[in-house]
Amino acid sequence: MKRAISFREDSMNATPKLYGLMAEFEEPTSLVNAARSAHEEGYRRMDAYSPFPIEELTDAIGFHHTKLPLIVLIGGIVGCLGGFALCYWVSTTAYPLNIAGRPLNSWPAFIPVTFECTILLAALAAVFGMLALNGLPQPYHPVFNVPSFDQASRNRFFLCIESADPKFDETTREFLETLGAKEVTEVEY
Amino acid sequence: MQEHDELSERTITPPAVIGSGQTFASVTDKISSIALRRRTPIGWFVGAGISFMLAMLLFYTIGYLVLTGIGIWGNNIPVGWAFDIINFVWWIGIGHAGTLISAILLLLRQQWRTSINRFAEAMTLFAVACAGLFPLLHTGRPWLAHWLFPVPNTMGVWPQFRSPLIWDVFAVSTYATVSALFWFIGLIPDLATLRDRSKARAAKIVYGILAMGWRGSARHWHRYETAYLLLAGLATPLVVSVHTVVSFDFAVGIVPGWHTTVFPPYFVAGAIYSGFAMVMTLAIPLRKFYGLEDFITMRHLRNMSKIMLATGLIVGYGYMTETFMAWYSANTFEEFMIKNRMTGPYAPLYWSLILCNILIPQILWWKKARGSVPLLFVISLIVNVGMWLERFVIIVTSLHRDFLPSSWSMYRPTVWDFSMFLGTIGLFLSLLFLFIRFLPMISIFEIRTILPQAEVHEAGD
Repeated sequence: MKRAISFREDSMNATPKLYGLMAEFEEPTSLVNAARSAHEEGYRRMDAYSPFPIEELTDAIGFHHTKLPLIVLIGGIVGCLGGFALCYWVSTTAYPLNIAGRPLNSWPAFIPVTFECTILLAALAAVFGMLALNGLPQPYHPVFNVPSFDQASRNRFFLCIESADPKFDETTREFLETLGAKEVTEVEY
Repeated sequence: MQEHDELSERTITPPAVIGSGQTFASVTDKISSIALRRRTPIGWFVGAGISFMLAMLLFYTIGYLVLTGIGIWGNNIPVGWAFDIINFVWWIGIGHAGTLISAILLLLRQQWRTSINRFAEAMTLFAVACAGLFPLLHTGRPWLAHWLFPVPNTMGVWPQFRSPLIWDVFAVSTYATVSALFWFIGLIPDLATLRDRSKARAAKIVYGILAMGWRGSARHWHRYETAYLLLAGLATPLVVSVHTVVSFDFAVGIVPGWHTTVFPPYFVAGAIYSGFAMVMTLAIPLRKFYGLEDFITMRHLRNMSKIMLATGLIVGYGYMTETFMAWYSANTFEEFMIKNRMTGPYAPLYWSLILCNILIPQILWWKKARGSVPLLFVISLIVNVGMWLERFVIIVTSLHRDFLPSSWSMYRPTVWDFSMFLGTIGLFLSLLFLFIRFLPMISIFEIRTILPQAEVHEAGD
């Protein structure tokens, strides 16, 4: 969210509407090495794009933690309490059935529904939490302006250093070229 | 190919989960071209046409059923449950292999699952859709189906949360939702691939909307993988709970033949058994027709047949326990029930089920048999039939001879019972044909990760 706002500020202030510089690689290893060098160089506002998940890449760009597990845990707890509360309220308050004086709060019989509600809410939290944290669905993103970026979902690997990075200047292009990139392209808004 | 597989079975080095010589580009182009090609093969039209005609039979049956009432089916007291629940349990069971492959094998880091998980998940989804139709229509007034859920209403009536039937509503609807989410989440990166690869404008737009702007960012991948793993962790207990709850529909009742504690594990094993049989039934023609032998290799078929053998033995153990307990319990009704199953009017069905589920699959002990594709196909069909017979035997033979001989009767399915069952097979296959035409039936991005090129070579190491 914060990033989306800063994009707008950039595009309003700076005249050359540059989102960043995109370097293209052919091998996952070269992308990971390049990302690591860029991180060591001090670049922080950057992202790497690959056609499949690469574990080392996340570390290389300095992204370690995601709040997702916490969101899923909260979803699960809400589902669990909510599921049990539903059974309890219906069976004791909304529609109590006195069958030979058996206890109304027959909790063992409520476990299956409680369990299913736990799973349901946790799964919904996992899916929608992931989409929300990733900012998806997102109808437009500048990286798609790079002509060869349609290969990012096939067999090409990309590293994009964003112009919003404080270290971003004229030397960034030269730096990216030293990393063994096949091509360095300007990413326009 | 054959020798290659033989070799890899013996050594511990990477198993042949994928044919050699494939690259990121080649796997992408091969799999996406099946969905993106302009010309639809004639064979697809033939298969989809037949399936769609059967689906029409389903819609016709449903129309007649809703207008007339469930009296058109053969079930009546004492056999109040018959095809409607047999088919429900059969379809739900088939769905379970999809979740097992996508979730449990993922957690167990079984790389070979990668080329079969996508269509197994689709199979789950479509099987659950078919399953859901039966209880829904058996209510007789499906337009009041929302009464199954705790919806506030003017009558002030609420569901009975102590009943396995309401547990079933929650279990199956949760299962359907989670399976759909799991399947769709798995599809997102591949939808992005199709968006980028498609030439037609309409396809670009539709795939583009479905891909939701996925761009393969490292941050996104990280959260994506976390979500996928967590979903797998959640789906694993879920799949076990679903068939457990389905078995509670029977086990919680006091009918002899149903009231057994072995039911939950035995039902879960049976579900996985029939599900793997169905995956095999679908995978064998698919790999042949679309030339996917490099992706769905002999390794996959062998592993699946081993799982079938193992779960089949668990199911056999379930049958043995049932029989043993009928004798050991010294309960007259239980003893009569098992005798009636083995020698009564439905005995031929019982013995065919033993033949289909227990005896014939023992062929899979032989390595040669596990390597013969036509034989595996035939065995998988036999197991599908056997598992259907199992549910028939459990449900019908237990009900038709209940405690009072005065109420004994026979169950005979009517033509509408059969048309509805055949119709759901048609619906299932129609959905599957649409799926393989428009979506990647093999997970492209996961196939990329298992290629040797995907490994990152660290400079420091």
